[in-house]
Amino acid sequence: MSILHTVNKSPFEKNSLESCLRYAKNGSAVLLIEDGIYAALAGTTFENTVATAMSELDFYCLAPDMKARGFSSSSMIDGIKLVDYAGFVDLTVEYEKVQAWL
Amino acid sequence: MKFVIQVNEGPYQHQTADSAYQFTRAALARGHEVLRVFFYHDGVNNGTRLTSPPQDDRDIVGRWSALAAEHGLDLVICVAAAYRRGILDESEMKRLGKDAHNLAPGFRISGLGQLIEGVVLADRLVVFGD
Repeated sequence: MSILHTVNKSPFEKNSLESCLRYAKNGSAVLLIEDGIYAALAGTTFENTVATAMSELDFYCLAPDMKARGFSSSSMIDGIKLVDYAGFVDLTVEYEKVQAWL
Repeated sequence: MKFVIQVNEGPYQHQTADSAYQFTRAALARGHEVLRVFFYHDGVNNGTRLTSPPQDDRDIVGRWSALAAEHGLDLVICVAAAYRRGILDESEMKRLGKDAHNLAPGFRISGLGQLIEGVVLADRLVVFGD
């Protein structure tokens, strides 16, 4: 079953992303929202974790939350796709279930 | 598609109430049906009409009420979570012998069964919390 996993915590604050990646199955997707967007930034100590996970999972990042924190697509790890709220809605339709990692 | 949105955190704390509101609006704008927004745990604080935010800040409670009026949304506050936190409608004020009620327009107080029923009827449950 394909699942959209949402992560709203910075990986530097909580282990929500790591928990998510432990359970997420091949073909699922991770959407980083709110403080979760810090995991999408290139050059952090989490870049390797995310880049490795990207071989099996699609990664998305909520653009308004990234912009609100002063970052743009140029700060992001290559291959992570930006979506707006309409895109967020579309992802919840595309995947069969939505799991929030809080 | 039919959605149920669950909100687990109060307004003006982190971003939950904002994310849930923006998602709900976007889903409606996309032509989807939002069967119910269920406010659970501290999320019930989204439903007190006594909030009075500064003029230059967003009116989180008021904009839920406005969205409900515009789209006929069913905004449901969990009863057990609400009583603990002092969110009451008029009939419960009388029943509990309290001197005030504060439920905002467009909201209603009901039980967890409303969340379960919503999830059974909906295609997707999307949870926002902290």
